[in-house]
Amino acid sequence: MSSKHAHNATQDKPRIQEKRIAVEGRTLEFRIFKYNPQIKEDRPTIVTHTLTEAPGMTIFIALNEIREKFDRSLQFDFVCRSGICGSCGMIINGKPGLACRTLTSEFADGVISLLPLPVFELIGDLSVNTGKFMRSMSEKVETWIHSEQQKQIDLCRLEEKMEPDLADEIYELDRCIECGCCISACATKRMRDQFLGAVGFIKVARFEIDTRDNRSDADWYHVIGSDEGVFGCMALMGCEDNCPKDLPHQHKIAYLRRKMALNAF
Amino acid sequence: MKTVVTDSLVIGGGLAGLRVAIASQSRGFDTIVLSLTPAKRSHSAAAQGGMQASLGATIKGAGDNEDVHFSDTVKGSDWLCDQKVARMFVNTAPKAIRELATWGVPWSRVRRGERQVVIDAEKITITERDEAHGLIAARDFGGTKKWRTCYTSDGTGHSMLYAMDNKAIALGIPVHDRKEAIALIHENGICQGAVVRDLITGELIAYVAKATTIASGGYGRLYSVSTNAVICEGIGAAIALETGIATLGNMEAVQFHPTAIVPVGILTTEGCRGDGGILRDKDGYRFMPDYEPEKKELASRDVVSRRMTEHMRKGKGVASRYGDHLWLDITLLGKQHINKELREVKDICHYFLGIDPATDFIPVRPTQHYSMGGIRTRYTGESTSMPGLFAAGEAACWDMHGFNRLGGNSVAETAVAGMIVGEYVADYCATHTLNFKSSTIEHFVDIERQKIDELLNRSTGEDVFQIKKSMQKVMMDKVGIFRSGDKLESAVQQLRSLLDESKNIAIHNKIASSNPELVEAIRVPKMLKLALTVACGALARTESRGAHAREDFPERNDRDWLKRTLVNWEDSQADMPTLSYEPLDIMTMEIPPGSRGYGIDNTIPHPDTAVRKKQIEEMHAGMPPNANRYTIQSALMSYEVPEKYQGKNERIGEGFK
Repeated sequence: MSSKHAHNATQDKPRIQEKRIAVEGRTLEFRIFKYNPQIKEDRPTIVTHTLTEAPGMTIFIALNEIREKFDRSLQFDFVCRSGICGSCGMIINGKPGLACRTLTSEFADGVISLLPLPVFELIGDLSVNTGKFMRSMSEKVETWIHSEQQKQIDLCRLEEKMEPDLADEIYELDRCIECGCCISACATKRMRDQFLGAVGFIKVARFEIDTRDNRSDADWYHVIGSDEGVFGCMALMGCEDNCPKDLPHQHKIAYLRRKMALNAF
Repeated sequence: MKTVVTDSLVIGGGLAGLRVAIASQSRGFDTIVLSLTPAKRSHSAAAQGGMQASLGATIKGAGDNEDVHFSDTVKGSDWLCDQKVARMFVNTAPKAIRELATWGVPWSRVRRGERQVVIDAEKITITERDEAHGLIAARDFGGTKKWRTCYTSDGTGHSMLYAMDNKAIALGIPVHDRKEAIALIHENGICQGAVVRDLITGELIAYVAKATTIASGGYGRLYSVSTNAVICEGIGAAIALETGIATLGNMEAVQFHPTAIVPVGILTTEGCRGDGGILRDKDGYRFMPDYEPEKKELASRDVVSRRMTEHMRKGKGVASRYGDHLWLDITLLGKQHINKELREVKDICHYFLGIDPATDFIPVRPTQHYSMGGIRTRYTGESTSMPGLFAAGEAACWDMHGFNRLGGNSVAETAVAGMIVGEYVADYCATHTLNFKSSTIEHFVDIERQKIDELLNRSTGEDVFQIKKSMQKVMMDKVGIFRSGDKLESAVQQLRSLLDESKNIAIHNKIASSNPELVEAIRVPKMLKLALTVACGALARTESRGAHAREDFPERNDRDWLKRTLVNWEDSQADMPTLSYEPLDIMTMEIPPGSRGYGIDNTIPHPDTAVRKKQIEEMHAGMPPNANRYTIQSALMSYEVPEKYQGKNERIGEGFK
């Protein structure tokens, strides 16, 4: 079982620079989900807007232009606009992804449909409350270092040493940006409301290898040793296929399942 | 009217705000954090290359200590920082790194033995010490004597912010996100909290608190192209300004980062050059050694940005449809290094430019990046003029950066200021009672409600998006890297008339609840006031210092300008801020003004400089021969740090020396 295929897929993508020059000046058609639950009489609809494509245009740029020119009420979330903060997850032509780093030139027919991420509470239009979801996930998994020694640390003294390889390995798993794409791509999550999902599993995997964290396998079993946890995963791997950070979800879920299964007996 | 009462109210859920909240909550005070976004999405997450702290574990950092970090920081500031604050900072930075290590940041660690690095475009082998194996590593950054920037690949801010927010969650600190503070509540000159708008429901809520800390970041989005997140619009500083009581400091000190990608302005870290990357012009020629033979690409940020602009003005820029740019070349670092240590840069190049930085040059240009200015505070983080109001991080002018911040010193400031200011906030909560009148609270909420009603009811008027764009263009064109009197004069006039127009904004979308246009309409007049503080400060300062470069006044003028700009907005109906100045006392400086070592030294000296230098020489001569560096330092300048952070820092091979 390998987690490498996602990395290769990214590398095989053709050069965007060449593509974007070729498609300059096209007319793009945006089909955007519109619904404001704050307004009682409002009903969900799909609204279409057309825009002239600019070189290097991203969905971030396009949505801002649409808001300014056509619909001042249009709701969406961007913060960093550089693919690191995880605010702008949405369903782009059927797949969850980060809108800020998606170039319009990626879509050959110039038609781009945008829907809010499912599963999360809808704030309005393309804006969903991932923050609330992630805070509750963090509270459930307790995504912090559990250590009794931590309380007695003298900050003036040399830090505890850590193997460089281990630090690198933790960082690899620490790169999750909590964008929610894995949750939206997960069929199990649709069926089981309390299912933790890949974002939670990758956190468990991250703290599980961290030698600063004292939690045992038995402790982790309480968090993920059920159908709401790692045994509920149907292994469809929507998480792995749609993770914007190419995190090794498949590998880590399999690892945690083996570990938890061993712990159960 | 909904009212929430707490001890410690923190506005801003980034690194600085969260750390202040952790401090006050840990001391037993009820604490609430307000944030525009979920805390983990704050702009702190965008810090790439690392955090400075003088741990000295890597061999290229050996011999580093607080004194060297202090000297780099003071020089970097072009001598306008508060040296006492810089001392507090350098002493606490190693503790901040170590604290974050216990909270889970997977800092990159030193690996024993030989490894190949690129220094000054040459491959060199260095050997890390056996005994340092497993300690926190550091990379090189601009304007520093030692390798001091601790990191996790180029996602340092992300790792730090996640560890910090997780710690806040562990402590049960509530983060009220998607909430915006739109005015401060105050009585008899004392801050009592904030009027807050819920960005989903539109509800106005009064948050009443003993201590209110603004940690909402910088004001980069006053400019049309900035590396900053789109939420960095300076609203925290603006609501302080609008009290008419709190003052802002050094607003004209705005940093341009040398290497943001063209055209979108997304940052590629200074770590690119720290790890050995170089700058090239349209001929592929490496030009920085011609301008700065000693530090080359690793001169301080303000210097590199100016040299790049100068070089492009000579016609050496690469022409593109988005204007001229230069090339950042990191190909010499190799694929393996880029994939591991500069992977965000690699992703940014891939997604936004369609290039691979292991084989292609990156198109870059100096771009607005950091706000040295902010809410003027004492060393405790408390406003100098408004009790009960504190500020920390980029939102503050605590003043460790003066007129130019060193790379790696900003995330360091967020964590360190959070620790220090957080203690003083807790002290304030411990020694003050909250006495508020509901009539005062209602008065402030009513003012905001009335403003919002006016915006929703006005049927014709100005377009808020147009006003914002015009402001950003004025700032970009006329208050940028190189400044001059005539341009600044015209910027001030344009901004004044935009401010006037902003009183007549009419919005198309009339919904009182979640409404992005209304959010803009609330913010833009505030942003215009901030823009005026920047432009007026820049126009008045007839010298060049750090990031403030006046082409009509190229000298650093210590004689007349060794002073901090203060600005306030006394009359809410006025169309201009009021400037005043706070002189720095050379006679109490640990390092009196000198040359930064870039270009020619054309400083107009202050008469006290020579006197203080002589005094320091005499002090050194009078020291016992066995005096250690702590004794010498305390003889030169005294400073305060909260008791729990006063200890000396241990280093490998040095102990506590």
